[in-house]
Amino acid sequence: MSLVELKVNGKKISEEVEERQLLVHFLRDELDLTGTHVGCDTSQCGACVIHIDGKAVKSCSMLTLQANNTEITTIEGLADGDKLHPVQEAFRENHGLQCGFCTPGMIMAAVDIINRNSILDEKIVREELEGNLCRCTGYQNIVKSILAASERM
Amino acid sequence: MYQFNYKKVKTVQEAVNELSINPESKILAGGMTLIPTMKQRLASPEQLIDIRNIEELNFIKEEPNQITIGSTTNHYTVASSNLLKEKLPSLSKLAEGIGDPHVRNMGTIGGAISNNDPTADYPAACLGLGATIRTSKRELIADDFFVSLFETALDEDEIVTSVSFPIIKNSFYMKFPNPASRYAMAGVFISKKESEVRVAVTGAGESGVFRWKEMEEALSSDWSKSSAESIKLSPEGVMSDIHGSSEYRANLANIMAVRAFENIK
Repeated sequence: MSLVELKVNGKKISEEVEERQLLVHFLRDELDLTGTHVGCDTSQCGACVIHIDGKAVKSCSMLTLQANNTEITTIEGLADGDKLHPVQEAFRENHGLQCGFCTPGMIMAAVDIINRNSILDEKIVREELEGNLCRCTGYQNIVKSILAASERM
Repeated sequence: MYQFNYKKVKTVQEAVNELSINPESKILAGGMTLIPTMKQRLASPEQLIDIRNIEELNFIKEEPNQITIGSTTNHYTVASSNLLKEKLPSLSKLAEGIGDPHVRNMGTIGGAISNNDPTADYPAACLGLGATIRTSKRELIADDFFVSLFETALDEDEIVTSVSFPIIKNSFYMKFPNPASRYAMAGVFISKKESEVRVAVTGAGESGVFRWKEMEEALSSDWSKSSAESIKLSPEGVMSDIHGSSEYRANLANIMAVRAFENIK
């Protein structure tokens, strides 16, 4: 076991973890932040996307210990109390989800996409969604949601 | 995953020491290949040596006639570097096409070349530009570094510290990505510096990345599209798997070479 110290959604955490533990399991099983999903478990689907120090990464493909001394934001950390984050709001308004399984990863990826690109269009959004799979929507409304959100951020 | 020890190091020397003490250790940089491989139990190192936080390895800097990139620099940093966009856009564009945005935020150039995946992109840039690879103990030219599938000239206790790419504006990389993984089904990197033309092919060779000598000779003697089109890669020695036959991949390499050529001004 090794000690990991980090901030998750603004809260300081210090815990002993197994070396082989994946970050996504730390978030879900130890911290009970089950909004971050395990989809494919092979780094393809992006349901596990979170932000580490403001950058989108796949939490199923890294060890908890790699995140030592970092600041993590998960889907639970986006909203401000009852007030949804603009991207969450845009997904709700534009019906950017059906079953909802990919949504946490989609939204975390979307926030990162909007932060990195001052100008967004449909083509860029579709390219940027390379690392996130959705099996329901056909992406149409996801792209629409992200474009709508980008205008509000 | 099997149980293992984990050690985070702050200096190259520390990493090398750990490797010499425990030869069953593996270097962990971004982990974008290593961690999934360990999850599938295709690798089970006794110890991981995490070098991602070695500050001295994370940089991109301009030197006379070349740009040097530290080995733990991630793909996103390379893709978004203004220096590279201006001086060596073929390289920043290549980095932009690796994996997906989340993978690019973690994966590193040193990890990519040390792993020498036969379908990886960076090895093509190293061979195609004639890069120099600096390690914890020596300097190697790219032609000597890449040995075979997942095999490099690195010793057990040696790690890549930086890669220097000659600034060759007349260069371009074109790949046909596997639609699911974005790894190259065939990728061709072409560069031309005065009369020297280098052509490197990734994703196709049974022994990994290689220089396409016939194409180099043809383009050296006649730098034209028809010259590029006249050369066809032999399917012999080209990978064949569920994603494509040797003939299919060889044909892709032919097409990628012409497209790469067309993008060089």
